[in-house]
Amino acid sequence: MSVRRLDSLQPKSFKFNAENARWATAQMKKFPKGKQASTVIPLLWRAQEQHGGWLPEPAIRHIAEILDMAQIRVLEVATFYTMFNLSPVGKYFVQLCGTTPCMLRGAEEIKEVCRRVIGPQGQVTEDGVFSWLEVECLGACVNAPMVQINKDYYEDLTGEIFEQILMDLREGKEVPPGPQNGRQFSCPEGGPTTLLNGGAAKDGSPAKKPAVARRKPRAKGAGK
Amino acid sequence: MPKLIIDGTEIEVEDGITLIQACEAAGVQIPRFCYHERLSIAGNCRMCLVEVTGMPKPVASCALGVNDLRPAPDGTPPEIQTKSETVKMAREGVMEFLLINHPLDCPICDQGGECDLQDQAMTYGVDASRYAENKRAVEDKNIGPLIKTMMTRCIHCTRCVRFMSEVAGVEELGAIGRGEDVEITTYLEQGMRSELSGNVIDLCPVGALTSRPYAFAARPWELRKTETIDVMDALGSNIRVDTRGREVMRIMPRNNDDVNEEWISDKTRFIWDGLRTQRLDQPYIRKGGKLRPASWDEALAAVARRLKKAPGNRIAAIAGDLAAAEEIFALKDLLTGLGSPNMDCRQDGAALDPAKGRASYLFNSGIAEIDEADAILLIGTNPRVEAAVLNARIRERWRRGGLSVGLIGREAALTYDYDYLGAGPDTLRQVAAGKHPFHRVLKRAKRPMLILGQAALSGSDGAAVATLAAQIASATGMLASGSNGFNILHLAAARVGGLDLGFVPGKGGLNTAAILRAAKAGKLDVLYLLGADECNLEDLGNTFVIYQGTHGDAGAQAADVILPGAAYTEKSGTYVNMEGRTQLTQRAAFPPGDAREDWAIIRALSGHTGEPLAYDNLSALRGAMYDAHPHLAHIGAREAGDAADIEKLSKARAALGKKAFGQAVADFYLTNPIARASAVMGQMSALAGAPRTRATGTDG
Ligand code: SF4
Ligand code: FES
Ligand code: FES
Repeated sequence: MSVRRLDSLQPKSFKFNAENARWATAQMKKFPKGKQASTVIPLLWRAQEQHGGWLPEPAIRHIAEILDMAQIRVLEVATFYTMFNLSPVGKYFVQLCGTTPCMLRGAEEIKEVCRRVIGPQGQVTEDGVFSWLEVECLGACVNAPMVQINKDYYEDLTGEIFEQILMDLREGKEVPPGPQNGRQFSCPEGGPTTLLNGGAAKDGSPAKKPAVARRKPRAKGAGK
Repeated sequence: MPKLIIDGTEIEVEDGITLIQACEAAGVQIPRFCYHERLSIAGNCRMCLVEVTGMPKPVASCALGVNDLRPAPDGTPPEIQTKSETVKMAREGVMEFLLINHPLDCPICDQGGECDLQDQAMTYGVDASRYAENKRAVEDKNIGPLIKTMMTRCIHCTRCVRFMSEVAGVEELGAIGRGEDVEITTYLEQGMRSELSGNVIDLCPVGALTSRPYAFAARPWELRKTETIDVMDALGSNIRVDTRGREVMRIMPRNNDDVNEEWISDKTRFIWDGLRTQRLDQPYIRKGGKLRPASWDEALAAVARRLKKAPGNRIAAIAGDLAAAEEIFALKDLLTGLGSPNMDCRQDGAALDPAKGRASYLFNSGIAEIDEADAILLIGTNPRVEAAVLNARIRERWRRGGLSVGLIGREAALTYDYDYLGAGPDTLRQVAAGKHPFHRVLKRAKRPMLILGQAALSGSDGAAVATLAAQIASATGMLASGSNGFNILHLAAARVGGLDLGFVPGKGGLNTAAILRAAKAGKLDVLYLLGADECNLEDLGNTFVIYQGTHGDAGAQAADVILPGAAYTEKSGTYVNMEGRTQLTQRAAFPPGDAREDWAIIRALSGHTGEPLAYDNLSALRGAMYDAHPHLAHIGAREAGDAADIEKLSKARAALGKKAFGQAVADFYLTNPIARASAVMGQMSALAGAPRTRATGTDG
């Protein structure tokens, strides 16, 4: 991690749109009177979503005003949590897990793809489509290595597959999230390894074949 | 009361305190950075580690309550080791971590010589670094003209952040970022807007926050330290003046729990550059419309000539806000000798009269009593600018909960919530008549008090306001059972002393407004201004004006003769603070040039008029003063007024006006001649008036 600062180029103003403003009021009502500051994180998050994935300075002031908080207190929250992006991000914002399990399973290769295809960390590509950031464990270690793109997880990556995903996204194709190697969720790779048969149920009836269908491995260049 | 064994000695300590306090009670010093008695507990520096028998790891003694420790099954009290090998190692480890990112630039650091980190590193520091990585560097923050920052030195104790939001009551400082990247800053590096911000300089245990005006000016060990009293407001904050040679280099607070605890306002702290500029350092006589330097003999002779020629009732004197009791006493003697009853120490014309009894003009409950109050009615006052440290005390009380504050007068941001009751006399009348809900609040309170400000007292109906306030005090039980919640908030350090000495019009004498009117109308021959700059001196007709004071301010402009006096850091003078506490200033430096101590000037002048005052030295003067006013002899003690005076006051009759109460202090930073001469105060005043600017640039 490095020092996080507000971006040097800021919009003049920020206001919640009507829908978000209504939503914000509803959130504040969830807390006792005078404790509305408890909603600062959801509100910051909403502001970030409204503003294309990053949090501009006027939004911090706006939220401070709504919640009757000191501006510095909101800034403290916004700079503390790395999920709040203080500079613009690409349309597809790649958060790449570099923590140990992912690292052992090849995160470095994924990072290399990022550097090559997107550019240096934290920089938006000229066409505004991509930017990437290395983050800490995203809790999907079982499908390591993985990245999060906007709100979706893309798991069981290889450099090749990941690069293809980026290509597809750039072309505007939809890419199904989840494991990319044909594996179902976090089930064992290559299908079930336990309770296959012989694991007869107590009443003596034979074990059923697992009902889940295997997903097709992602073919190169495939996209929906 | 829990029992503890600290380093082998058994001790019984108070309930509810922390281990660090218990250790202190046992006489053991625990090193610390983040812990501070008057701030909330953060427990983030880990320097205060001690060993508690039975606990697997060393514990932070500042964050552990003594009540949370259990005696051993056999009943032996919990045992605490503060000097064991484990403790020493643990603290050394903490220190090593703290120093990893510390720049170790003590030779160029203003904190050097009085730095907690430096001192504690002497005991717990290891002599070499094991750290080969890059050190962290942090950009310095611009947080205003008073505080210089060197943020690489910051150890993130958050004392400054806690002080600003807890005591000063303005949430301006914060810690942004996280982990190693934490930085202390204001929002977008705006200047801090608080009257108390300078205290973070004392609180910062390292050299991250230091005094900007004092930057690179001196080292602590070359300064002579004089314990004295502040005169910037009527609180009488206890201060220490540090001088080198004849120059005041800085001013620091001293602890006095009854008065200022350990805080001082920014005006008190940063005024000292005003002591160097615009000083009157020799006598002047106006000749042909221009002030020309003169010798003391010439000046005093010129004054004496005029005084002797004038009939007593055409002579008048006004005492200013910074005058010590000694010179007021001497001037009163001089005037009485000349047969003049025209004297006043109330430049603002406040309706305060010693004839109504001492209680009628004191902060009777005492400042410390604020800690116990559960309802406060503010009348025509904005304590935040009129007595910033006192305001912090009200806030402290408010933060503990269970305090209702009501305000009649001009609305202001006071750093605590209050009920705004109304703008002026009408509301006051309602409260007094019991027709206002706040009357009930006061009545129901166990320790109610009211604080009556000069803005309410200096109107033409000031006396009526005081009467109504006294009625409220009497009706809501503020005067019950020996306590007295009728409090006057003064602005001037000299005021209570002046009133105690009876420096008010004698029989048939003129008060300030009448004196100025008489001067304008040509009914006055001589006007003696003893450091009086705050009344309207614009048109004094042909009156011969003598200005005795320290700075070339309004009074000096109007003067025909200037007699240069000594400022509060340059003389030993008696001041009585608003609660009636007599305190003494000490001379920290000599007055500049030919300037003299004020009482001595008046004594010398009396020699020229042919009727020398009966004292030749300060102790003789004090002897005479103490004989006449015995309470002034009790330095440091608070002489209370008599609550019966308030009862009497409540029965007085006077007509109430309609005008809303104004504000007594328009600009916190420029209330007296020293402050107006100070460049730092000027800067702060300009900043306070300016709209907040948003920082631009890359570093947000
Ligand atoms: S600036 Fe000083 S007081 Fe504030 S957190 Fe840093 S070390 Fe502590
Ligand atoms: S380590 Fe990558 S998701 Fe946990
Ligand atoms: S003094 Fe106890 S943790 Fe800082």
